[in-house]
Amino acid sequence: MNEFAKLPDWAAIIIAILILAGAATTLIGSLGLWRLNSFYERLHAPTLGTTLGTGCIVLASMLCFSVLQTRLVLHEILIAIFVTVTTPITLMILVRAALFRDSVERAETLSNMHDGSHPATSELEVNHSRPPEAT
Amino acid sequence: MKRHPFLPLAAFGLFILWLLLNQTVSYGHILLGGAAALVGSWALSALRPQKVRIRRLGAIIRLSLRVLVDIVKSNIAVGRIILGPARQERRAGFVNIPLELRNPYALATLGCIITSTPGTLWVDFDATKGTLMIHVLDLIDESTWIRTIKGRYERPLLEIFE
Repeated sequence: MNEFAKLPDWAAIIIAILILAGAATTLIGSLGLWRLNSFYERLHAPTLGTTLGTGCIVLASMLCFSVLQTRLVLHEILIAIFVTVTTPITLMILVRAALFRDSVERAETLSNMHDGSHPATSELEVNHSRPPEAT
Repeated sequence: MKRHPFLPLAAFGLFILWLLLNQTVSYGHILLGGAAALVGSWALSALRPQKVRIRRLGAIIRLSLRVLVDIVKSNIAVGRIILGPARQERRAGFVNIPLELRNPYALATLGCIITSTPGTLWVDFDATKGTLMIHVLDLIDESTWIRTIKGRYERPLLEIFE
């Protein structure tokens, strides 16, 4: 059929398990985006895909091509390293943007209540657990 | 124009990275990779990175293994939370942790560790007060989290970097 048919059974089984595990982990992470309640909680969900999800699929790829080419294929490790080093940056920017938005909205709500008008902006997401101190 | 110091280690690392990515040792790629490494390390030296001193290989290996185990464990824990019943006894929130770490490389490593373990998220590090704010998905007890982060990760990082 193709060159993947040349994979021995033991390798094919391990690779299949790893790929399925990685895909399942990433799927659970994506489900978390839908199931969790607040923005801060939802930020935790995609890290499942960037850690164990990526890890399993990278391992599977390394094993698959190492067996097929009968030499050690290691450049997938770079994918894992780059993902690990870059994800925190995205998450930090997102969470700090959310904190900033929250503090602005809280200030607006307070001033609106002071004016006696309706606090319209705070209705978007009220379910946050607030940070212990404003930054 | 100011002269930038040459960074041999960064250049060498970039060169190896290039060859690894292209999976070849042909002359063309050695030349291209060499050029990329020179330009890349020159650009890096313009940022004037601090010198890094890393000691205790044993501590690095022990910390890496511990982080790998923690990543798998916390993946399972967060997966449980996501797939579990919608209404559950769980509180998410922020925790302030006083840190002794000051080395920027050590802090960056801690940032990677904290974000790579699902369930904890690096929010903000206040360099003047030395406190780190993290967000925890399943916050049972603040002092437990402070002890975990300080004992499991900060102490070995202090050993390695400072």
